[in-house]
Amino acid sequence: MPAAAGVTRGGIDAMISNEPSYKERRNKRWIAISLLPAVALFIVLTAFPVVNLLALSFFHVEWREATSAFSFVGLDNYHRLFSTEKVFWDGVRNTAFFAVTAVSCQMVLGFSMALAVRTAGSYGRAVLTGIFLLPIVVPPIVIGTMWRLIMGREFGLANMLLGLLGLGPVDWLGNPDIALASVIFVDIWHWTPFVFLLMLAGLESLDGEVIEAARMDTRSRWQQIRHVVLPMMMPTIVVTLMFRVILSFKVFDEVYLLTSGGPGTATEVVNFSIYRTFFRQDQVGYGSAMSIVTLFAISVVIILARGFAQRRAARRSAVS
Amino acid sequence: MTLRLGSRILANTVVWGYALVILGPTLWVLSNAFKFKIDIITGATISPFTWINFNELLFSRQSDFLANLLNSAVIGIASTAIVIVVATMAAFTLTCLDVRPWVRWALLGWALLFHMLPTLTFVGSWYLMFSSVGLHGTYFAVIMTHAVHNLPMALFLMMSFVGALPRELIQAARMDGCSYGQVFWRIAFPLVRGGMIAATALTFIFSWSDFAISLTLTSRDTMTVPVAIATFAQEYDIRYGEMAAGTLLSIVPALLLILLGQNFIVRGLLAGAVK
Repeated sequence: MPAAAGVTRGGIDAMISNEPSYKERRNKRWIAISLLPAVALFIVLTAFPVVNLLALSFFHVEWREATSAFSFVGLDNYHRLFSTEKVFWDGVRNTAFFAVTAVSCQMVLGFSMALAVRTAGSYGRAVLTGIFLLPIVVPPIVIGTMWRLIMGREFGLANMLLGLLGLGPVDWLGNPDIALASVIFVDIWHWTPFVFLLMLAGLESLDGEVIEAARMDTRSRWQQIRHVVLPMMMPTIVVTLMFRVILSFKVFDEVYLLTSGGPGTATEVVNFSIYRTFFRQDQVGYGSAMSIVTLFAISVVIILARGFAQRRAARRSAVS
Repeated sequence: MTLRLGSRILANTVVWGYALVILGPTLWVLSNAFKFKIDIITGATISPFTWINFNELLFSRQSDFLANLLNSAVIGIASTAIVIVVATMAAFTLTCLDVRPWVRWALLGWALLFHMLPTLTFVGSWYLMFSSVGLHGTYFAVIMTHAVHNLPMALFLMMSFVGALPRELIQAARMDGCSYGQVFWRIAFPLVRGGMIAATALTFIFSWSDFAISLTLTSRDTMTVPVAIATFAQEYDIRYGEMAAGTLLSIVPALLLILLGQNFIVRGLLAGAVK
């Protein structure tokens, strides 16, 4: 059986010589009908909003008694965003810091635990997988709620445990110096299990003989990992990394619940800035400009990253 | 390959220790659902068991949680139904039929990009669009946005399932005179049912878990569970017990998914990430 092929031009019609034209028309129509709902949804609810945002970003919108007054302001919103804005750029810095720190911790932790567990000689496989999947299938807002309770200043579990040791209390989410670290910690708790599962699956699918051979070569454990396991694991690592980085740009739910960007701008992230500007400050035009800048920046990152990953994959297949 | 006893012990310690790190905090929070408020606040280790939080949450007059559960279910079921029908049809056509290359490229490329962009950059525009036509706060607005939000994931997932169907079967149906539509309904659709169940479960979970869209597009009457839980947590006088009870109820679908469809979860989350 051929592997799940991507492009199959004429694939299923390979053995059809010719068809009456009315049938061909009906087939053409089926193609159009079957794609139409998806295309319509995407155009109305994703492409149009981008155009809408772009248009709005050139306006100043004022709400007066349930009606809105638009006044064209040209590039003012962008000018304001790039010159006088502070909160948004704090958010950009925090988001970048969040993405880099949280994701690299998850990768290192997930990978080293997977290495330690390796051939999964552990008992209760299904139970364990279930537990590890738990954080990623429960609503993210639940994770936020949980940790808000645990990191609560007065009745939180964290401070209770510290209290037993005669330490604390620490204001995990209210102290500007550690609030961001607390949020990052929650994200690490949230996503490391997933990285671990992917890494473990990747390790298990490696060719055991190659690793055995490396071991016979009396290489040290570290050399085995560095020169044999790590290169073989690269595809898994790249996929996981990209997946996590992209998701970390989306972070919103936990931040909303844990700190709402505070104290001050200590845990401000881009998504929260957009939310606040749009929905709490009613600055629609300005919020649109923020959205457009964010959309553009992240699209560029995604396209570059994909291009890089594909070139890498192409080079690999050229070598082997 | 036989492992030395030492590394076996290490492996088990690491993995079970880590499981404890995940499970411990979760269970601590959830256990609050069965405690009286006074015991939660004083941090009593041993406390009497009670259902009172569930009673308050579901049946008291001040609580809308039952309505929230219903809203989440309605929105989840309706948006999932739309997503699965739309995604399965499109997946079959894109995988098996002769679509113009630029159409395929544009559709899949855009789906992938949209899948990766932060939802928050879109909700403002959705809010304005639906408000301007008087649909803000309706089921319709939330259902359609949830549908489009989950469509890329379902599309990529269904494409992988359709792509795994035996090609000979479809070719044979074509030779016997089936039109494209007939091939889809009579051959592909029944065969890909297992995949559809997986995609359904995941789509429902994502809709059920969504916070950003529901926060901005629902009104009091259509508020979903995550938004309700967030409201609980931000009240001045936090009702810890009821909040824990609500949290516990909100993760039931996730628990069912873990019990019944473990294998699909990772695949669904990665849909689109692997080419």
